[in-house]
Amino acid sequence: MSKRLFACPVDGLPPGTSMTLDGTQPPIALHRTEQGRFFATADTCTHEEWSLGDEGDLEGDELVCPLHLARFDLVTGKPLCLPATLALDVYDVVIEGDRVFVVTAV
Amino acid sequence: MSILVVGASVAGLRTVQALRMKGYSGPITLLGEEPHPPYDKPPLSKEMLLPDGDGEAILLATEEQLTELDVDLRLGVRAAALDVAARTVTTVDGEAVGFERLVIATGATPRRLPGTEHLAGVHTIRTAEDAVALRTALPGASDVVVVGAGFIGAEFAAAVRLHGATATLVEAQTVPLAHVLGAEVGRRLADIHAAQGNTLLTGIGVAHIEGDERVQAVVLTDGRRLPADLVVVGIGAVPATDWLESSGLPIADGVECEADLRVIGTDGIYAAGDVARWPHAHYGFDVRIEHWTNANEHADLVASAITGSPPPRTQLPYVWSDQYGHRIQIVGRPNMGRSAHLVGTVADGDLLAAFTDEGGALVGAVVVDDVRAFMKCRKAIAARAPWTGVGLVATR
Repeated sequence: MSKRLFACPVDGLPPGTSMTLDGTQPPIALHRTEQGRFFATADTCTHEEWSLGDEGDLEGDELVCPLHLARFDLVTGKPLCLPATLALDVYDVVIEGDRVFVVTAV
Repeated sequence: MSILVVGASVAGLRTVQALRMKGYSGPITLLGEEPHPPYDKPPLSKEMLLPDGDGEAILLATEEQLTELDVDLRLGVRAAALDVAARTVTTVDGEAVGFERLVIATGATPRRLPGTEHLAGVHTIRTAEDAVALRTALPGASDVVVVGAGFIGAEFAAAVRLHGATATLVEAQTVPLAHVLGAEVGRRLADIHAAQGNTLLTGIGVAHIEGDERVQAVVLTDGRRLPADLVVVGIGAVPATDWLESSGLPIADGVECEADLRVIGTDGIYAAGDVARWPHAHYGFDVRIEHWTNANEHADLVASAITGSPPPRTQLPYVWSDQYGHRIQIVGRPNMGRSAHLVGTVADGDLLAAFTDEGGALVGAVVVDDVRAFMKCRKAIAARAPWTGVGLVATR
C-alpha cells in the first residue's frame, strides 16, 4: 500500500532548491533541479546526521551534502562518492495540476 | 590480482570500500599500525574531547561492514620497508607481505617539540590514545598551553573552555593561519580566542619546555615562562614516508604521483591521502593536501585507477573546523588570491571572506555558520567566477 502526500504547489519550490516535508518520519526531502524536475529522497544524509532538504545542494541531477561533500544520484539515491557508502531512499513524485505529491509507503 | 593497502585510517579504509563499490572482488590486505579498527580522525580534536560525550573513537566501519568488505585487516602491524622489485612490504616484525597492487596510505606524523617525546603532559593530537588522554587530563588541568594556533590548536583551545579551564595559545606567526588565509582573515579567525576567554600570544616561539618527568612550564623565546600542567602541540605534520626511504620511490614532501595517484615511475603502486603529492586537475600543479575530504576523494581516485573505472570528478580542496560552537568552512586555495570581500566575525557566526586572483576569478572562500553561502562560493570557485557571480549580496 502507498499513499500520496501533498508536498507543495509546483511554484512553491524554486528550481535549484530543496525542502524538508513537514511531519514526515523518517523525514523526506523534496528537490527541484535547475531544469525544473522534482525528486524526493530521504532527508538525512547516509554518512552523518544532516538535513539534505534544509541544507543540501543540487548540482544537475546530483544532491550534495555540504557537510562532508557526499554526493547522491537524485534518480536512484545511490552514493556517487565517498564518504557516503549507503544509498538514500527515493520516493516517486507525482504532479497533478499545480500540486506536487510524494508517494510513500503506508 | 592481490591488493595491499598500507595504512588503515581514512584514506586506507576508504580505498578498500571504494574498491569493493567499484566491483573489485579479489583479495585485499589492509595493514594498520594502530591496534584499533579504522576510526575517524576529525573527531579527535572535536567530539572526542567534549566533557559530556562518551570519549569513544568513531569507527569508520562497523564490525559487520568490515566483515562484508572481506578484507584481511591486520592491526598493530607497522610497515618497515618496501621492496619494489620483489613487490613486497616488510613489517617491523620481519614478515614480507606480497602484492600485485600497492596503495600507500600511511598519512602524516605530527611534528613534536624536540626533547619532549617522553615528557608527561605534552601531547599531540593524531591518535585515539591522544584524544582519550587529553579528555582524561582536561578536568584536572589548570595551566593549559597550546603551541600553534592552527586548526588543531584552536579546536583544542575551544575544548579547554568547555572543561572550565582557560588556555594560552602560542603562535610563531604574527597572525595565525596567515600563510593559508592572509593576515586580514587570519586575524578575524584568531579574535575568537580572546572573545571566548583564552589568551593568544603571537609572533613568538617556544625556547624550551621545563620539567623532568612531567611538564612544568613552557619558556618562550623572549624569556617569558608560562606555567603549564598540560601542553598540546599543533605545529603541523610531515608525511609518513620514513619507511619508504630505502624503496627508491620518488619522495619530496610526500610520495610523488601522477594524476591518477600512481607513484611516478612505478607500475601498480599508488599513494592516497595526506602522504600523496599529485597534480591537482583544477590547478594543474602538484599539491599535497592533509584534508579529510581529500583522503576520501583519493580513495575513489585510486580505486578507479586500479579497477579501470572512470575517474571521479575533481573536487576543490575543502576543510572545516569546529571551534567554540562555530563551524568554519574553507574551500579552494585562499592563498592563491587576495581578499576581495570580508564581512563578519566568528563570534557572531557571520564571517564570510572571498578571495580572488589577479584576473578577478574566485580562488577561495572562508564561511562561518552559513552552509548555503558556503555552497554558493564552492560552485563559483569551481567555475572560476568573479565574486559578483556568487549570488550573495555584497554587504549585509
